Amino acid sequence: MTPSVADLRALWPELIVAGAALVIMVWGTFMVQDRQSPLRWATTLALIAALSETLALGADARALFGGMYSRDAAALVLQTIALGGAVMAVWLSGDYVERTRLEAGEFYALVLVAALGTMVMAAGSDLIMIFLGLETLSIPLYVLAAYARDDLRSQEAGMKYFLLGAFSSVFFLYGIALIYGVTGSTSLVRLGAVAASDSIMLRIGIGLLLIGLAFKAAVVPFHAWAPDVYEGAPLPVTAYMSVIAKVGAFAALLRVFPGTLGAQTAQWAGALALLSILTMVLGNFAALLQTNLKRLLAYSSIAHTGFMMIGVAAGTRQGAWGVAFYLFAYTFMTLGAFAVLLMLERRGEEADQITDLTGLASRSPSLAAAMAVCMVSLAGLPPTAGFIAKFYVFAAALDAGQTALAVLGVLASVVSAYFYLRVAYTMFTGEPQGDVSFAGGRWVAAALAVAVIGVLALGVFPAPVTAFVQQLGQALR
Amino acid sequence: MSVPIPYYLALSALLFTMGVVGVLVRRNALVIFMSIELMLNSVNLTFVAFARQFGTVEGQVTVFFVMVIAAVEVVVGLSIIIAIFRTRDTMDIDDVDLLRG
Repeated sequence: MTPSVADLRALWPELIVAGAALVIMVWGTFMVQDRQSPLRWATTLALIAALSETLALGADARALFGGMYSRDAAALVLQTIALGGAVMAVWLSGDYVERTRLEAGEFYALVLVAALGTMVMAAGSDLIMIFLGLETLSIPLYVLAAYARDDLRSQEAGMKYFLLGAFSSVFFLYGIALIYGVTGSTSLVRLGAVAASDSIMLRIGIGLLLIGLAFKAAVVPFHAWAPDVYEGAPLPVTAYMSVIAKVGAFAALLRVFPGTLGAQTAQWAGALALLSILTMVLGNFAALLQTNLKRLLAYSSIAHTGFMMIGVAAGTRQGAWGVAFYLFAYTFMTLGAFAVLLMLERRGEEADQITDLTGLASRSPSLAAAMAVCMVSLAGLPPTAGFIAKFYVFAAALDAGQTALAVLGVLASVVSAYFYLRVAYTMFTGEPQGDVSFAGGRWVAAALAVAVIGVLALGVFPAPVTAFVQQLGQALR
Repeated sequence: MSVPIPYYLALSALLFTMGVVGVLVRRNALVIFMSIELMLNSVNLTFVAFARQFGTVEGQVTVFFVMVIAAVEVVVGLSIIIAIFRTRDTMDIDDVDLLRG
């Protein structure tokens, strides 16, 4: 079957990103070190072009390529988050990449390919398509984690991420194989049609899919890689993967669980709720003990995965768009926190200890204020995006009758307030560290400004974004 | 007389389990990687066996996708492992332990 021109036209955003990745990778090899800023512009323009094309294609549901791919509201919302996060990540990376003399062309190409993977996961309506998206997302991230290849910690992060990531992908794939064995097809539509049968093989298959995605999203007990990889990877890579991998994994979780198996909520909601509780508890309590900020943000990202899982476990439309809103908020607040770290350095190295922030407020009040906003949002306090996002997923859990889940979520947020606000407290007390200096640049500052404005805008005027993500609820089921 | 499909499924499940055990108990990064490849190929066997059972081509096509992905993983994985071996002269994952806490 030849794909029709109309199908290809609906694939424009993906084609732009893929094409730009190839061009930028080749172009980068002709660039002189220290004069690589055109690559940053080109990457940004390509991502913005893809983003506007995604928005222009709209939310009308269309099945493409014989039902392998769907351009619908879920794809619209999730691809928007992925591309927006990727634009900010590129802005965050630029100065760091030039400062540390990493290969810029390949770096941006890998960033684009990972974004492409998430876009495919967001729009795939066939398990094979989702698997290809998962690998297109993961493989560039393995390379990026090991990108500072002379740095022992970066190498180690790359190897750990690679071995555990590849291991988990195979579980996902075996799940697809077993589902194929029951349904005779890898299509999600077909899976939804036969989901009511109580075949053991089907259950095992779906469980294996869940394990594979839980690894990618860093859900406890499949989170062991996250703290090490986050700590070891170069700082902008940590920022990027904390966002893009999460968007991809939750896109697939939403498509498979509330999207396809929506009629069987009772069978899987309990398991997802249990994972959610474990993730929230372990993520938040382990974060209490951290002294390294990258590691703290790693446990923070695990904890937020737990909060997002509440929305998936609710199994309703409200839960699904709550997750999408949460992903929006998470993108802004996490990238904002990483932007602050990227604007500091300790004797030419990453300033990644909490003590490096001591007395920051007296040296740069605006930077400290920006970090404080992000921390308040991560803790889930008003008037920030984090509060509204938590409110939506907790409300979804309550409406779905999962009261215990919502209550535990609130308690976990209370615990989380302690370590986030401790970081904020550190900045406003004590003497500044002599060996910590400012390293930022205009691009990082721009990303930080966007992140902080995003966090506050979503917190004070959530209505437009809420209306936007609610379309996703209509697309699933 | 052909071998019945369930035999293939049992074999692939056995290979998959061997792969999982290999990943969990072995300490050499290369051997772990080989175990992952074993798991991937056991999944391929499952796909082909089911494709044969249903008489559809979908499972066989999937195998090609999986083979390409396995090849890409080899490229990325081996280069990371080689980079580590060059700087540390070890492939034992217990010796690669700077990151912890």
